[in-house]
This record gives sequence, structure tokens and C-alpha cells, in this order.
Amino acid sequence: MSLLTYIIGCPLLAGIFLLFVPANFRWASRLVALAATAVSMLLSVVLFLRFETGVAGYQFVQKVSWVAGLKISYHVGVDGVNLGLILMGAIVAFAAACVSWDIDRRQKEFYTLLLFMTGGILGAFASLDLFFFYFFHEFALVPTFIMIGVWGRGEQRNYATYQITLYLSLGALIALIGLIALYLQLPVDARTFDLVAITKHFKAYPMAVRAQTLIFPLLMFGFGILVSLWPFHTWAPLGYGAAPTATAMLHAGVLKKFGLYGLIRVALPLLPDGAVEWLNLLALLCLGNILYCGLVAMRQKNLNLLIGNSSVAHMGFVFLGIASLNLIGVTGAVLVMVAHGFLAALTFALSGYLYSQTRTLEIDELGGLLRPLPFIGSALVMAMMAGCGLPGFANFAGEAMVLFGAWKVYQTVTVLACWGALIIGAVYMLRAIRNILHGPLAEKHAALADAGWWRRVPFVLLLAALLIFGCFPGLLTRKITPSVAALLKPATKAVAAQTAEAPTAALAVRAR
Amino acid sequence: MNNPLVLEIVVVVLGLGLLLLDLWLPVERRRTLGYAAAGVLLLLLLGSCLAAVPETTHAFGKMYVQDTLAVFFKRLFLFSGVVVLVMAVEFFDKLQAGLSEFFALVQFALAGMLFAASTNDFALLFVAVELITVTFYVLTSFQRNRALSLEAGVKYLILGALSSAFMVFGIALIYGTTAKLNFGEIAVVAPQFVTNKIFLIGLLLVIVGLGFKIAAFPFQMWAPDVYQGSPTPVTAFLAVGSKAAGFVLLLRVLFGAAPQITAHWPTLLMVLAGVTILYGNLCALPQRNLKRLLGYSSISNAGYLLLGVAALSAAGQSALLYYLAGYVFTVLAAFLVLTLVLRQVEGEDITALAGLSQRSPMLAAMLTLAMVSLAGVPPLAGFFGKFLLLKSVVEQASGNACYYWLLGAAVLGVVISLYYYFGVIQAIYWSKDVTDLSPIAISTPMRLCLWACAAGMLFLGLFPGWVVNFATAAVRALR
Repeated sequence: MSLLTYIIGCPLLAGIFLLFVPANFRWASRLVALAATAVSMLLSVVLFLRFETGVAGYQFVQKVSWVAGLKISYHVGVDGVNLGLILMGAIVAFAAACVSWDIDRRQKEFYTLLLFMTGGILGAFASLDLFFFYFFHEFALVPTFIMIGVWGRGEQRNYATYQITLYLSLGALIALIGLIALYLQLPVDARTFDLVAITKHFKAYPMAVRAQTLIFPLLMFGFGILVSLWPFHTWAPLGYGAAPTATAMLHAGVLKKFGLYGLIRVALPLLPDGAVEWLNLLALLCLGNILYCGLVAMRQKNLNLLIGNSSVAHMGFVFLGIASLNLIGVTGAVLVMVAHGFLAALTFALSGYLYSQTRTLEIDELGGLLRPLPFIGSALVMAMMAGCGLPGFANFAGEAMVLFGAWKVYQTVTVLACWGALIIGAVYMLRAIRNILHGPLAEKHAALADAGWWRRVPFVLLLAALLIFGCFPGLLTRKITPSVAALLKPATKAVAAQTAEAPTAALAVRAR
Repeated sequence: MNNPLVLEIVVVVLGLGLLLLDLWLPVERRRTLGYAAAGVLLLLLLGSCLAAVPETTHAFGKMYVQDTLAVFFKRLFLFSGVVVLVMAVEFFDKLQAGLSEFFALVQFALAGMLFAASTNDFALLFVAVELITVTFYVLTSFQRNRALSLEAGVKYLILGALSSAFMVFGIALIYGTTAKLNFGEIAVVAPQFVTNKIFLIGLLLVIVGLGFKIAAFPFQMWAPDVYQGSPTPVTAFLAVGSKAAGFVLLLRVLFGAAPQITAHWPTLLMVLAGVTILYGNLCALPQRNLKRLLGYSSISNAGYLLLGVAALSAAGQSALLYYLAGYVFTVLAAFLVLTLVLRQVEGEDITALAGLSQRSPMLAAMLTLAMVSLAGVPPLAGFFGKFLLLKSVVEQASGNACYYWLLGAAVLGVVISLYYYFGVIQAIYWSKDVTDLSPIAISTPMRLCLWACAAGMLFLGLFPGWVVNFATAAVRALR
């Protein structure tokens, strides 16, 4: 069996095991969840270390037939693109299990759902079969909805639950139709859900351009809704504001990246002509994420809504990197996905800690918290700085690469995105730091307790990951670049064909 | 066991035997009759599952056919028969009188369904439909002291009789033009009648009659009222057995008797499917009565199943069969839970579910599983079924762009349905004012049925290969 199967199976089996543990063994459920996610995390570190850089194709592959008649099989494997995502997902899952100590009712159910969600997310990233790719994602989504509904906070909890459920289901279904349509473009005898075989087929016999231009928007908007593409982002801040800490960490950090991963893994290599046709629109929409949601984040009075909006804004950079369709831009996009996963998890974990201590996240009611909470406060400062794109954190490396990549294609958009990243991001992040951590300390908050040694583990882990990949981005980029280059090959050809076509077309008009 | 009719014979004899035994058994021991009948059906089901699927055989001068399709449906019917009987025993307190007759009527309806699965002739089609419908007239109004139940019975009677009239008129027109009743013989001559208006009207009228059985728009108006008013086991039987019987007949008529004509009707079928999905889902949104909610949900599910018919392909028909199998397990699980929960309370309001997660975690989990499967979420049966249905529709879309509209309606329907299915889950797990916290006792047969339904939902979702192969083989029998 592949190491990947253990990484995915460990949380799933632990979740099934928990179903049979009596509900009054509260500590048992927490311990099982911690142990399972820790094992997954350690195994994914092993996976990361044992991954051979520079070897073409997928590694740690396992393939088991599931429905032979439809050629659906459980097929997992990693290359440079999903390696970092799986590592990030497993670390965030462990951190999420760690910070869930404030869940005070129905622990068993909570940890069961958390484990199922974790298994689903990791499975979605590891799958090389279109059906399972979708199946695992959907499998991880449902626990999200239930967790927000049952353990969520705030008065708008029910509204937020319904909104996120309906929005994300709609996005997932649109993407599903796109995937089925893509599958049906294969000739009848070659029909399979195996992504490797599909990629091979379309490399040899590219799909008709008309079909590509029809299917690409289905995937772009379907996946886009899942990633909170502007203007379909309104579920995100509200949903994260209402979600329990662990759910927000896992969804904003990891599960949301599924849509982006789908675009890079499925849409770009299989639909290169469709991509060339539609990515200009994506580049414009991503400005909506970066500028519009950045400006909205500036005016937020609630810390979670601020983080939620800023997380939507950060997704804009990934979209921009994908839209650039060149090696450096897409590599940067993958790097931002990993970095933002750590960052989003970290900020939501910190805001969750603040909420558990102060019972409020209204920025006006907080202030001067750096004094009673030196560790949490410092971690928050670092997280906010990473969010502004300070060098030394992984986000900087990724965003810089995205902007370099995008500059070659969309100059104006890149300039505006730079503004969004440097100015707008800095304004809301720094303002939040000032209002929450500095200034006079409210009396009722004087006796707050800082995190003890054990509770610091998840924060330290996430910060360390951000710093390691920030100082040595080569650890990731060396692995990402060859895989992205392979995925982008058809798209580069399509771009070249288009640019070659344009002058001849102009000449033809002139000749007439 | 070589006689193809053995299932029907045993079921009918069982029904008569129940009536006879009723005379000998004292009142307080009549509950055991239900369990005994359920046990016999279970044995039949096991026998049918263990025996190899037989070669296609005919009886009654080819009026009756025993093929893979028939076997597929008969197993579903037998399973639902077992569950409905167990449910009926549990429902005993509310029925008050006539329990043995109730059991016997369930057997006769079941016999009708078994005949429907093997129908290969318009005469047998009419007999099977009437056997099912007439028995249900009685079953729906079985709670004689309850006005709602009587109302349901009367509504079902009037509309059922009307639709039977349509159907028999249609059969008369078909016979009048072709002088044939056998599906196989009609299929041979049907190409000559593609432009014959009388024949086409006849076929349409038969579809109207069957549309009533499956509760497809615009023949659905009886469904919500009858679902709400009938005793819960009857509602379950209507939702599962009667609907599945309607679908097997629809498949046999459309693709067995007149495939060449059906091929000209994609638009009609698409409109039927799309409107049924949207109507059922939109009307379910404001419902507060659980059985009424499931009534509208069953309308919308008829729409999803019609997607498989509208796709006009073998893939669509096998997707229909797969979805129907998942639907049977899911809906029966939901009704099993409702039978237990609604036993003590008078109303059937959704608030009756408040605190269920504390009263009985198992029932809460089962109902959640059922709702999640109906909503189409992995890894349950509903997800893979919807996946197959949507896939079969997308496959056709390259030839006819109208299928994209149908697809849009189906997706919209799925999203709308999430709202009310999750509303039920919400009522189970986080409703505010919980008054009654008494635990709910679950009898062993009920518990076994619940586990069987849950296992079915999970098995179909996790290991669909076996049922998909079975369904594909069953559909081949239509050709």
C-alpha cells in the first residue's frame, strides 16, 4: 500500500472507530483525534522528505479498481503540485485538532466529523481519479456544514450555515457537470475517470476548441465559487465568522484550495485552448478579490470578518498566478496556496483563542491585549505581517512570484494587484494590530491567561512552517516547478499558437 | 422453484392464509402474524437473491415475462414488503382494528407490484395497476376514525379512478389501432404507427395513467395530501413500492412496447422531468409536516428518476434502476424512524423531531443518514445515483441542446432540496425548545430493518459496482 493511503486512511478509520466509542468518554475522542491527525502529519512529513525531486510523473502511486464497468478506480499519487498541499493539509488538521479544546459539548461527534473532514480533504488532494477527486471533496464538505450549524457561534449561525451549504453545493455541482462533460469528450471506448489516462489521451488528441471553450467556464466558475471568486465570495466571511475555530481553519486553510487545485490539475492541462480564451476574464475578476474584498476588509469591525475578507482577498493572488499561464506565475500560485493554508489556519486559530478568552471579537471592545497575552499577541503580529507579505514568510515568496509571472501578461492588472497587496493589505492588517494589541487595555481583560506550553504547540507549528518555507522557498519550488511545467505544456502551446495567429490575421485583413 | 410465478403465488397464498388465520388467532396475538408474514417474505427475498438470475421465461402466452429487469424489481418489492410489515406491526396501536386485513392487503398490493414487474402485455398491465391501486384505496383510509386518513382515501380513490379511466381508454385506442396487446408484438408493428394520431394519443393516455402512479407533474396533486393522511406504513409503501411499480411499467411501455415512438418524444419527457423536479422541490420548501414534506420530496425524486427515462439511453435506464434501489433503502429508513417518532405525538409537525438526538441517538443518526442520502451527498447511495443520472443526461446533451436546460433544472433542484433536507437535520440536532426527552424504545425487528436500510445506503454508495452491473444487465432485458 502506498504511504498516501495510510495518510488518508488514518483519520477516516479513526473517525469510524470513534463512532463506536461511548459518548461519555470525552477525553478518548479528543485523544483519538489528536493521535490520528498526528500520525497523518508525521507520515506526510515522511512523504515530503522521501519525495524524489526531479523525477517525472507521479510517486507513491496506488491504484485499486472500484467500479470496473465505469472505469472508476481508487488511484492516488503525488507530484510537486499536491505534495505541498498534502503536507500543509495534514499539519493544519493536527493544529485544528489541537485548538479544539474549547469544544464543550458533543465532543465525540465533533471529533468524528473533524476526522472525516480531514480524511476527505487529504483524499481529494491525493486522488488521480476524477470521480474520487470530487467524491472526497464532497465528503469533506458535509461535515463542514454540520459543524458550522451545531458548534458555530453568533446570532447569524443558521443563516451562515444555509448560505455556505447552498453556495458551495451549487459550485460543486457546476464543477461536477464540467467534469462529466469533460469525461464525455473522450471517445466511447477510451472513457475512463483516471486522470492520468485522460491527460495522456488529450495530449495525443486534443479536444475540440469549441468544446473546450464551453467546458472551461463550467470548471472555472464551479471551482471559483468553491474558492470564493469575486463576485461569488459572499459566503466566505460570514461562514468563517460563524464557524467553530477548527472548521474555519480546515476550510479556509485547506478545503478551499481544492477549487484552485482542480483548476491547475484538471482545467489547465486538459483544456488549454479554453483556458487561453477565458483566463483574461479570470484576471479581471481576481482584481475584484484583491481590491474590492481588501477594501471591504478595511472597514470590518469584527476580527473574524476581517480575516475572512482578507482570506478572500488572498485568493485573488492565486487566481492571478493561474491566469498568467506561465511557469513562474503558476508555481507562485501553488506556493501561495500552501502558504495561505498555514496562514489562514494560524489567524483563525489565534482569533479562536482570543474569542475563547474574551468572548468577543468586536475590534472596538479589544485593545492592549499584547500585555496580558504576550505569546498570542506576538503570534498575531507575525501572522498579520505574513498577511501583508513581509519577506521571510512563505506568503512573500509566493506572491512575489505571482506578480513576476503576471507582469509578463497583464501589466495593468499586476500594478493594481500590487497596490492591493502592499497598501490595502497593510492598512487593514496594521490597523487590526493597533486596535487589538496596542492601546489601553480594558479592565475586564486584565486577567486574561496566555496560552500555556501545550496550547502553544499548534501556533508554533504553523508559524514554523510559514518561516521555514518563507526562508527556504526552494524546498517547495524545486519540487513544484517541474510538475507545473509538465501541466502547462499544452497551455504554453496554445498561447504560442494564439500569438502566432494574431499577426497573420491582421495581415490577412490588410491584404484584403 | 422453477416456476417463474412462484413469488406471486406464495405472496397471494400468504395473503389469503393471513385472512384465514385471523379467524383462529386471539386478538392480542395478531401482531405475530405480521412478523410471520414478514419472515416469509424475507425467506422469499433470500431465496430470490441466492438463486441465480434465471433465463428469460414467459408465462400466460407471453403476457408475463420473467427476466433480469423483473427480478431486479421483485427483490426491491420484497424488501420493501418486509419493512412495511414490520412497520405496520409497530403502528398497531394507531390502527385499532383490522390488523390482519391490513397485513393481507399489503400482500395483495405486493402481489400487484410483483406482477407489474413482469408485465409484458397491456391487459396484465391494467390488472397489475388495478390490483395495486384498489388495494391502496383501502389502505390509505385504514384509520377509519381519523378524518385526514379518510380524506386521503377519497382523494386517492377519485384521482386513481380517473387515471385508471384514462389508462384503459388509452389501452383501448392502442388495441383499436394495432389489434395487439402484447408489448413484444406491438414493438414489431409500432414503426408503422409513428404518424397514427390515435395510436399516439393512446400511448400518451397510458403515460398519463402511469404518471399518476409515479406522481409526476402534472399528475401529482394527490401525492402530498395522501402521503400526509395515510397511515405511515402505507405512505412508505406508496412512496417506494407503488412508485417503483409505476417506473417499471413506464420502462416496459416506453422502451419495450414502443421504443421507436419514444425516441421521438425527448422534449415531452424532458419537460415532464424538469418540471417535476422543480415543482416538487419548490413546494417542499415551506412544508412543516414531515409526511407532507416527504410527499413533495417523493415528487421531486420522481423527477430525478424521469431524468433516466428522458435520457433515452441504456445508461439512463440503468442509472434509473440504481437510483431507485438507493431510494428504496433511503425512504424506508426515513419512514421507519418517523413511525417510531410519531407514535406518541398527535401532530406530524417537524418540531416532533426536536431533541431526537438525545431521545435516541440511533434514530437521529438514521434519519440524518436518510436525509443526507436524499440530498445526494457522498458516500451514500443518493450521491452515486444522482451522479449516474446526471452523467446519462450530459451524455445526450451533445445531440440535443435542450438537455442542458434539463441539467440546469436538475442542478437547481438539488441545491433547493439541500435547504429542506438540512432543515430536517437541523430540527433533529439543534432545535431550541425541547420539551419531551423520554427515550424511544425500538423493537428488535425495527432495529434490524433500520440497520438493513443503513447498510443498503452505505453499500450502494461505497461499493456501487455490483448493483450497477445488475442494473445494466436488467436494462439489457428491455431490448
